[in-house]
Amino acid sequence: MAAKSIISRPVYGTLSPQPGKHHLFVADAEGALAITDLAAKAPDGFFADAHIIFIPGNEGQHVAALEALKPAQLYQGPSFASALPRLKQTLANAHMGLRLYLAGTEGLIGQAMQVALEAGIDHTSIQTEHRGSLARRVQCVHCKGITENVTTQPATCSHCGLLLLVRDHYSRRLAAFQGVCINAEDRSEIPPTEEIFR
Amino acid sequence: MSTGTTKLDVVVSDVVPVNELVTRFHFRRRDGQLLPTFSGGAHVVVEMRDGERTRLNPYSLMGSPLDTREYTISVRRDDVGRGGSLFMHRHVRPGIEMVISYPVNLFSLDLRARKHLMLAGGIGITPFMAQTAQLAADGGNFELHYTCRTASLGTYADLLRERYDRRVRLYHDDRDERIELDRLLSSQPLGTHLYVCGPSGMIGWVRDRAAALGWPTETVHFEHFAAPQPGAPFDVTLAVSGKTIRVGEQQSLLEAIEAAGVDPPYLCRGGVCGQCETNVIAHDGNFIHNDHWLSEEEHRCGKKIMPCVSRFEGRSLVLER
Repeated sequence: MAAKSIISRPVYGTLSPQPGKHHLFVADAEGALAITDLAAKAPDGFFADAHIIFIPGNEGQHVAALEALKPAQLYQGPSFASALPRLKQTLANAHMGLRLYLAGTEGLIGQAMQVALEAGIDHTSIQTEHRGSLARRVQCVHCKGITENVTTQPATCSHCGLLLLVRDHYSRRLAAFQGVCINAEDRSEIPPTEEIFR
Repeated sequence: MSTGTTKLDVVVSDVVPVNELVTRFHFRRRDGQLLPTFSGGAHVVVEMRDGERTRLNPYSLMGSPLDTREYTISVRRDDVGRGGSLFMHRHVRPGIEMVISYPVNLFSLDLRARKHLMLAGGIGITPFMAQTAQLAADGGNFELHYTCRTASLGTYADLLRERYDRRVRLYHDDRDERIELDRLLSSQPLGTHLYVCGPSGMIGWVRDRAAALGWPTETVHFEHFAAPQPGAPFDVTLAVSGKTIRVGEQQSLLEAIEAAGVDPPYLCRGGVCGQCETNVIAHDGNFIHNDHWLSEEEHRCGKKIMPCVSRFEGRSLVLER
């Protein structure tokens, strides 16, 4: 569970069934378990109006558990990028009464929320639950490149190669944490690298 | 001086009867300068010198926020109310000097919305007059559904239809026309925000249906000015200022505190803004909470009161004022 450090650092909750006419879930990997936990608390017939967009990841688990919920639609894709057109299309055609639930890694939650914000959903009305990896999406403030799945502190920018301090400072607009050069004064100074965002 | 209630010295520049119940009042600054900028949904508190008594009533600004040469309000005459609207109708004439507060907005548009869906009932139309003018000026996407008792009491209905055509839908009670609320709420595009201003029954109905149909609370905005309810007189001790006061039958607790020369902060005088929240030091009796600010838990535990609309009955009440 992510601890609150600075105000922009996202804090996640526990998915719970909301009143609504349609329910859209976006989840990756262990995020599926947040959906099955919600199902235990949901009223009968809840999933008859549900659409689940699921990215199982390398392990490929949990698909059967989601199928068992008998959602109106269940999509699985190899990556968030592959699911993106479907997510955008669903939101573009949606009406008020659609509720959004995001579960899984921070990168998945953040990127799906970014699309939802563009579609006019307020971030405070989105249900989120963090499950699985703590790996971060990081934007290098120097070259603006985004590095996915950052697990170490510091981390190397995959675009410009600077060694970055990964901050808790988060941008909902970019769906990324901020990375700032950790040794700008003296590039030969290399602090030890620790794997802290597993 | 109360929070946010910096005063404006104005002169009544025009008084226009609109229909059998509603009259419009125009105010300009006495020094000829422009009035402060405001946004659609803002209100001002109008000070009325009614003999010995000072009445302070909030009214929504209904003019276009793009024109600050004058402010306009529309006042519906309430023959059985506490007398503020009757004072406005009977005594306020062009040329009279009055004092009003700076505008305060507790019902503002959320400009992140993709679309603004507005529901007005009766005189609740006034904030929407300003909001529609503001949105129309930048091509904003809005739709207004306006319920009135009869066509002749449909204050500004013709003007709104003329300005905005099919973006305004009218419903007349005497023709049995009703908003098909569930269908309306369920057919709105994602990113719509809902605004409702009207009688409290209407606000409650719309909020309940919106919540049941999955509208997040952040997307539902309402203006709920409760006029203070009259009630049995009661005595109050103001511990900080060392005064004991009596609250009259037609007086609010806030008005009684002000009449004693104590000046708590206020903005809305209608139980919504939270400014006049007051700590209770001791009490022996029951609170009659009429506000929409304190939580149910706070209402139960008896440690706070909103003196603008709430009352008390019992043996004694000591407030931190």
